[in-house]
Amino acid sequence: MKIERWLFGSRISGLILIALLLGFWQFSALYMMDTPTWPPVSRIVQSWVENVIDGTLIVHVFATLWRQMLGYGLAVVLGISVGVAMGYYRALYNLFEPLVEILRPIPGPAYLPVLVLFVGIGDEMKVVLILVASFFPILLNTYSGVRSIDPVQFDTARTLGLNAVQTFRELVLPGAMPQILTGMRISLAISLILAILAEMIVSTDGLGYFTLLAERTFKVPEMYAGIFMLALLGYVLNRTFLLFEARLIRWHYESSGRR
Amino acid sequence: MSLTRARFGSAEGASATQGRQGASPEVHGSHTPPIATSLDYLQINSLSKRFSAHGNYAFKDISFSARKGDFIALIGPSGCGKSTLLHISAGLSASTEGTVRLKGETVTNPRPDMMFVFQQYTKSIFPWKTVLDNVMLGVKYQSNSSRKNLQKLCREQLELVGLGQYAHYHPYQLSGGMQQRVAIARALARRPELLLMDEPFSAVDAMMRVELQDLLLQLWHDLGLTILFVTHDLDEALYLAQRVIVLSASPGTVADIVDVPLPYPRNQVETRSQSVYLDLRKHLYQLMVQQVVAQRASA
Repeated sequence: MKIERWLFGSRISGLILIALLLGFWQFSALYMMDTPTWPPVSRIVQSWVENVIDGTLIVHVFATLWRQMLGYGLAVVLGISVGVAMGYYRALYNLFEPLVEILRPIPGPAYLPVLVLFVGIGDEMKVVLILVASFFPILLNTYSGVRSIDPVQFDTARTLGLNAVQTFRELVLPGAMPQILTGMRISLAISLILAILAEMIVSTDGLGYFTLLAERTFKVPEMYAGIFMLALLGYVLNRTFLLFEARLIRWHYESSGRR
Repeated sequence: MSLTRARFGSAEGASATQGRQGASPEVHGSHTPPIATSLDYLQINSLSKRFSAHGNYAFKDISFSARKGDFIALIGPSGCGKSTLLHISAGLSASTEGTVRLKGETVTNPRPDMMFVFQQYTKSIFPWKTVLDNVMLGVKYQSNSSRKNLQKLCREQLELVGLGQYAHYHPYQLSGGMQQRVAIARALARRPELLLMDEPFSAVDAMMRVELQDLLLQLWHDLGLTILFVTHDLDEALYLAQRVIVLSASPGTVADIVDVPLPYPRNQVETRSQSVYLDLRKHLYQLMVQQVVAQRASA
């Protein structure tokens, strides 16, 4: 009974599962499948440490990160601005919503060939690709967040004599914030995917480039080390985001009873 | 057909004469009292509303007026448009015909001298702001005084409604009745003359409602407010108001205007057991039943 609670009452069970899977990987690579495509975890970690220490992985992480953050940052600014305008003004919503509905289902990678034609294969292409793919979830969540603000709240702002700018600051932005952040979190994951994809196709640096190059030159432990690094990067980004979100909209979790 | 039409400017109402001193600044200085107590402080003139050009009327040809310092309750069956009437009075939406005049000026937009208290306090109070910041919202853009002075003013309003200790709480940490107190404090911080209240206590529990009613009467008396109070609860209307305006079923018209000659301060137990109260209650109850029956018949 006590052990059960200790195990499943917290996330300890989940951590143990990860350790067991890694252990099984190590065991199977050493004793069951003697093939260079399935190196033991210890060998991958060794390669990861070497590449971190000599700076290779660090350089590639930052190459990926700045592209991703630039594209994502622009998507956040554009998505929120256009989304608020569409949520606020019915005419703009009617004008753009059908267009958005047609463009939105196009998978992000499909923009790549077009962008190569128009902006080439440099960093601009990668940043724009990330921007386009991350833009739509933020846009959609922002305008639906703004539109879901209750009329009573707008009436309240009016009786308190708030002008348009004040209403935006005091009501529209904070009121739509929970949904804006949902869009931003979805887009954060998308932006990493698109950054890696673009780097795998044409690049001379970044984690996508590093991982694919390792595979092509048959440095299999390096390849896995690149993937481990990606897992770590994605995890850290998401955790950081959740922290930031919890600070910003604590009222939302508290008032809706979620914690 | 049998319904009584609006008795415009009827009934002198109870004789309580509250009111801020030196009101009506637009009329020359010292001889203001006759103006301040005259019936043209708030005028609802033949007001009608329908929501589409050829749709049914929500209410039709409603007229009544109030003096400064009056406490008027508006009751009627659901669907009679009493809430819409209040929104129009506040300048939050437009009438189809007729006008609302406050101190002689036609109301087309919300004005700082009248404040609206909404039924849905969970929405009207912004959940992302603390209690104090919610109250501050009504004054911080309107006044040039320092933030510190405004905070002092807002804390005073919170004291008035009994929330002095809760300035830094968030709304989700408060009960419904306390949240509605925040809304009242926020309205008061703007120093309004007229409060328009749309079923403000209908969503709080019975004990809390009793407390809020007495709080409101206290504030009305102490601050010399004029109050137009919409409710579907005729006991609440009788207990609070000097005059009760009864609206008929859809489309709403004025079915009756009843004066409530009960003295203030009122007492939840004693006032409600006086024979005057009971007689009026019977009268209003009959009226309301008539309205409901008429509504059924026409439906």
